[in-house]
Parts: sequence; C-alpha cells; structure tokens
Amino acid sequence: MSAPTGIARATLLKDLRLEWRSKDAINSMLFFSLLVVVVFSFSFDPTAEESRQIAGGLIWVAFLFAAVVALNQTWAREIRNQVLDAYRVSPAPANSLFLAKTLGNFIFVTVLEALMTPLFIAFYRLRALGPIWQLLVVAMLGTWALVVNGTFFAAMSLRTRSREIMLPLLLFPISIPALLAMVQATTAILNGEGARFWIVLLATYDLVFTTVCLLLFETVLNAE
Amino acid sequence: MTETSAAPVVTVSNLIKQFGRFAALRGVTAEFSAGKLYAVLGDNGAGKTTLLRTLAGLNNPSSGEIAILGSRRFRDICQQVGYMAHPSLLYDEMSGLENLQYFAQLYGIANGARCAEVIRAVGLDPELPRPIGQYSQGMKQRMSLARALLNDPTILLLDEPFSNVDLHSATEMVRLLTGHRDQGKTIFVVTHQAALLDGAADEFIWMEYGNIVERTRDFNRDPKRALKT
Repeated sequence: MSAPTGIARATLLKDLRLEWRSKDAINSMLFFSLLVVVVFSFSFDPTAEESRQIAGGLIWVAFLFAAVVALNQTWAREIRNQVLDAYRVSPAPANSLFLAKTLGNFIFVTVLEALMTPLFIAFYRLRALGPIWQLLVVAMLGTWALVVNGTFFAAMSLRTRSREIMLPLLLFPISIPALLAMVQATTAILNGEGARFWIVLLATYDLVFTTVCLLLFETVLNAE
Repeated sequence: MTETSAAPVVTVSNLIKQFGRFAALRGVTAEFSAGKLYAVLGDNGAGKTTLLRTLAGLNNPSSGEIAILGSRRFRDICQQVGYMAHPSLLYDEMSGLENLQYFAQLYGIANGARCAEVIRAVGLDPELPRPIGQYSQGMKQRMSLARALLNDPTILLLDEPFSNVDLHSATEMVRLLTGHRDQGKTIFVVTHQAALLDGAADEFIWMEYGNIVERTRDFNRDPKRALKT
C-alpha cells in the first residue's frame, strides 16, 4: 500500500485537477465575495480610520461565507456516483483523505483571499499601520481554522438531507473563537496595535481542532 | 443451504442488518467457497445489494458475523476485495485511465501498465481521452468493472454489472468473469439478468425478504416458479 502521505498527495492532485476542469468551487466563491465587497462598499462610506476598525470583521465574514460554498462542493464531488464508497473499500487511510481535502480547501480559499484582498484594500482605502507579515500569518492561521473544521463538518453533514443548511449550522458556532481571534488580530494589526495574544490563540485553536478532526474523521467517514 | 466441498472463503453467520426499524437482512447464514461464481438473485428489496455492501464493509452488521478469508475485520483483507456498485464509483470529469490511475495509488499499485491492462480486459480503449461523464451507460459499467478488477482481487463483489450493457458486451463480461473464476477467484454477482449467467455461474443464490431462501446449481429452478407450478 502507498504511504498515507502519498495517498494524500494523489487525492489532493486529483481534487485540484477536478476543480481546474469544473471550476465549481472557485467561481461560486469569487462571485459571492465580489458581491459582498460591492454591496458593503455601497452600504457604508467609511473614512480611512473607520475602515481600519471594521475591515477585519468584513473581510473574515465574507471569507467565512464564501468558504462554506467551497466546502460543500468538495464533498459533493465524492457523493456523485458514490465515489466515496470506492475510497472506503480501499486500504487507503481515512486521514489521508481528510488531509487532502483540507489542503485542497485551504488552497481554494487562499486563492480567493489573494484575489479579493486587493479589492478590499481599494474599496475601503485600507492601509495597515502594523507589520504586514503579521497579517499574512493571521490569514494563514485563520484560513486553516475555517477549512479544517469546515472540511470535517461538511463530511459530517454529507449524508444529511439538507446538508447546505446543516454545514453552517454546525460550523459557525464552533468557529466563533477562531473568528473572534481573526477579526481582533486583523483589526489590531491594521491599527498598529499588538496582536500577539490573538495569533497565539488562533494557533492553539488550529492545533486543537486539527488534532480532534484527525482523531474523529475515520468514524465520520464510515458512519452510515 | 447446500454444502460445499472446498473450504469456505466467505462465512456469514446469522447476519442481520437493520435500517431504523426496517430489517434489510434477517439472519443470513451461509458459506461460500473459493473459485466459484455465485449469482445472487431475487426481487427488488430482497436484500441482495445490502448483503453485498455488508460483505464489502460499507454497511456495519446490526448483529451477526462475517468472516472473509478468515478475517472478521474488513480492513485486514480489503486489499483482496474488489467491489463494483450500481453507480459507477468514478469521477465524471476525468478520463477512464485518469480515474484508474488515481485508484491504483490508493491500492499502492506501482505497475503503471496495470490500469491500461484492465481497461483493455473489459473491452475499452485506455487512450480514450473522453471524460467518464461523456461515456455511455454501458461503457461506464465496463469501466466500473475495470476499477473493481484493478487490485487483482481474490473476492469480487459485483452489483448489477450487466445493467444497461448490450448483449454482446455483457456476454464478453461473463466470459471475463468466468476466466477470473477459473483462476480461483470467488465472484458474487447481484443481477436481474440471471439468464446471462446460465451455464457460467456455479450457484444461484435466491434471496427473499432479507434472507437466502434457496441455493441451486440450475438457474431454471427458481423457487418461486417451483411454488407456482
């Protein structure tokens, strides 16, 4: 049998190939985020100072909602033609599938963030007073927090009748601590204040939830 | 239940599978020998697919036991089992070869030629660049069979392999399956087209209301028909 990392790599490449061909997730996420940016920019007309206060919340809420679209799409592919059963009967470990799906979603959401952040900066005339590299750290940790739980709960809601509704119902409450840390850290960095506490909190959240998801994923995958 | 001379490779003891309050399998007990082709027959809802899915480790038994190749844990022997379901279990956006190359990695198959080999064995062209979503239903079925054969399994579980397949291709599939049976593999075929397996299957397993009601060597000995006449 291939090493678990080899299987995770093969599954990740397969998912990237499927997304490249269908563009299901990335298109839905892009249009959704674009709508949020435009609608919010028409709704508010903040000064540069006000923008720094609200941008953290706006950005992360937009990315959270957009990520839900991608999360639903990645598992939808696996239940079309019941392909997931082919994985379940194979000797491949469950965690390789989970890691590949999480990394795939991380890449999709990161691409979205890379495309949408310049728009946010332009629409809200943002200029960070703190170090930019810290924003990159918050973006990476925050994105991982969203996709690791999102991938897990999307798999959990896979067999439910109304999974599109079930996913946000499960995901949003559990993401509140991470969302709070992301928003507070982003706002602090934009205003030139210290964000160390929130970054450590976010890193701890990622570590705890990644471990828990890896421990429980096999049960979720084989649940009937 | 008829006795078989060879040592059983699959043993099912008092297998019950419930979905909520509905019992899809109601105490199935049977033994199946190596190197035989079993045709599993019965009306819709008789429990054929549930039995196959339970053997494939996709359904957990509510009670009772299954031993395959001496093991009660499916994970221990999954490398030696091939499973074909009614849906294709393939990605619509990828070609047949791309699909099989992915599944080969799940089984740790390093031989790059193996994928093309099994695609040719089911009568398809491995070079066909068309994605599976653009295949005809019959081609999908054959590619699905190729996926099930990929890991050269000792036990092959096939759910409706001939549905939507033309007669010529279905006959070719039967020939392929009997070839594998002759190599010592145990094959279970759930089908509504039992006539295709007449003369090829070693035993016909008749299921009704979640249980095996009869095992015959002769396809024409349908227990229901016997009751009517």
